[in-house]
Amino acid sequence: MTRPATVRTRVPHLLMAAGMLYFLVPLLWIVIAATKNQADLLSSPAMWFGDEFSLFDNLVRLFREDGGVYGDWLLNTAVYSGGSAVGATVLASLAGYGLARFSFWGKRFFETALLGMIMVPATALVLPTYLILSNVGIVNTMWAVILPSLLSPFGTYLVRVYVAESIPVELLDAARLDQASELRIFWQVVVPNIRPVFVTVFLFTLVATWNNYFLPLVMLSDADLFPLTVGLTTWFNTAQQEAGTRVLFDLVVTGALLAIVPLVIAFVLLQRFWRSGAAAGALR
Amino acid sequence: MRRRRMTDHPVAGALFVLPFFLVVVAFLVVPLGYAFWLSLSSKSLALGEQFTGFGNYTRAFTDPVLLDGFLRVLVFGAVQVPLMLGIALVGALTLDAVTTRFAIAFRLIAFMPYAVPAVLGALMWGFLYSRTFGPFADLPTAFGGAPADFFSADLLLVSLGNIVTWAWTGYNMIVLYSALQGVPREMYEAALIDGASQVQIAVRVKVPAIRQAIALAAIFSVIGTMQFFVEPYVMSRFAPQISAGYTPNLYAYNQAFAYSDFHYSAAISFALGFVVFVAAYAFVLSTRKRRSS
Repeated sequence: MTRPATVRTRVPHLLMAAGMLYFLVPLLWIVIAATKNQADLLSSPAMWFGDEFSLFDNLVRLFREDGGVYGDWLLNTAVYSGGSAVGATVLASLAGYGLARFSFWGKRFFETALLGMIMVPATALVLPTYLILSNVGIVNTMWAVILPSLLSPFGTYLVRVYVAESIPVELLDAARLDQASELRIFWQVVVPNIRPVFVTVFLFTLVATWNNYFLPLVMLSDADLFPLTVGLTTWFNTAQQEAGTRVLFDLVVTGALLAIVPLVIAFVLLQRFWRSGAAAGALR
Repeated sequence: MRRRRMTDHPVAGALFVLPFFLVVVAFLVVPLGYAFWLSLSSKSLALGEQFTGFGNYTRAFTDPVLLDGFLRVLVFGAVQVPLMLGIALVGALTLDAVTTRFAIAFRLIAFMPYAVPAVLGALMWGFLYSRTFGPFADLPTAFGGAPADFFSADLLLVSLGNIVTWAWTGYNMIVLYSALQGVPREMYEAALIDGASQVQIAVRVKVPAIRQAIALAAIFSVIGTMQFFVEPYVMSRFAPQISAGYTPNLYAYNQAFAYSDFHYSAAISFALGFVVFVAAYAFVLSTRKRRSS
């Protein structure tokens, strides 16, 4: 019995090993590259360590360059993605519950439109939103990044699907008999029951904002308001234009590694929430 | 009697939806409307701002730069999306059939690139492709060939395709894998007992069972491809031949911020968004109908 089994699983395991190598090479490269100083980065073999181990030196310089602006970028990224994710999750939960368990004028139309909103390409909205916000006078502020990121039709859709499947109307009616207010029912009956989808929507919007480049690129012009994505690319541009006069490539690499590590760890630990969200989205 | 699914508190229900509705109006309906309104006029030095109707759209649909970019993105998507989803599907089927620790490690690692912001992923690959920083460009010299130039006109689309494939294959694999987890075992238990191979079961039972999820993944991939911006934008620092109109979205961005032509930029954004929206929505509706009938 064992022999044919090992033969049968050898091919899939070889395929998976090849896949792992493919997905890991760029990540291994950046881990190795972050331990090199600029001279080693340019001269030593790409996939092996340089003459000196400069990781700690790079980290110290990373937080000193340009008056410590990298620390600002890190903090901005956390504020933008955290603020957007909390806001979008709250809005999506309220709306998803309202759509799943109430009937009111215009609901059918709104639900049909919701499916369409998921299909609207996000980048088509960025330029007109920029023009509107510049008339209102809030471009180049944190709000210009956070407010448009509150829009999460997919999150609302996920919550609606989840509530429809997991919260029986009888449970709500029982709470109403006890004279509980609608807001209290939401907070004490609905929220505890939809916690998994809550986490999924939170993670989706958190990552979407953390990874967003186009929106902050268009909205922001002050370097100390940049998130990591925009900040690091401006450093990279400077490094290319002033090759030789300023030592920056090593900082771009170290800064990129530091920006990636927390997310990769969070992803590996929280993967099941993505799976449940993806499954809920694919079921309909 | 039909079981009651809704409760009758219309005011409370509408109030729950209201905050989200306001965000939809402010950051989706109004921007789209404004883009459309902007696109209906033009600005010139001689005449100032002037209503031109669909003039910007006539210009867009006859603009060789935009049409070139559109065609490039179409060709790119026609190759990259099936390739990526094919690999993701094979990976998902493997994960569904093989449950060793090795497979779990593979699942976790395949998902990692999704955690890397697209702009940093593109930057990393840019370094990896370059001759000074990366290991790949000099590989052919080991066999006596000339060093590869991943930024050359011939290889550029392939290089870009690799970046997107690296970033999104694992994510799509997880999506399809979770759909496969929802396929009841009873659907293929009998076939297993009859001696059908895993490959036969995968092709005949599992893939048809998750075709809805595959279609959804395809739509989201196509929507993403049509908005192609970040990777070419970053790669243009390495490859100067990536022009201002390399992709439609890059063109719209440059029209607005390099040439300050917001009217034309709005027309491109709106036309692109409209094309994507209509195509995606039609696709969703057609797959839904087929399923319910």
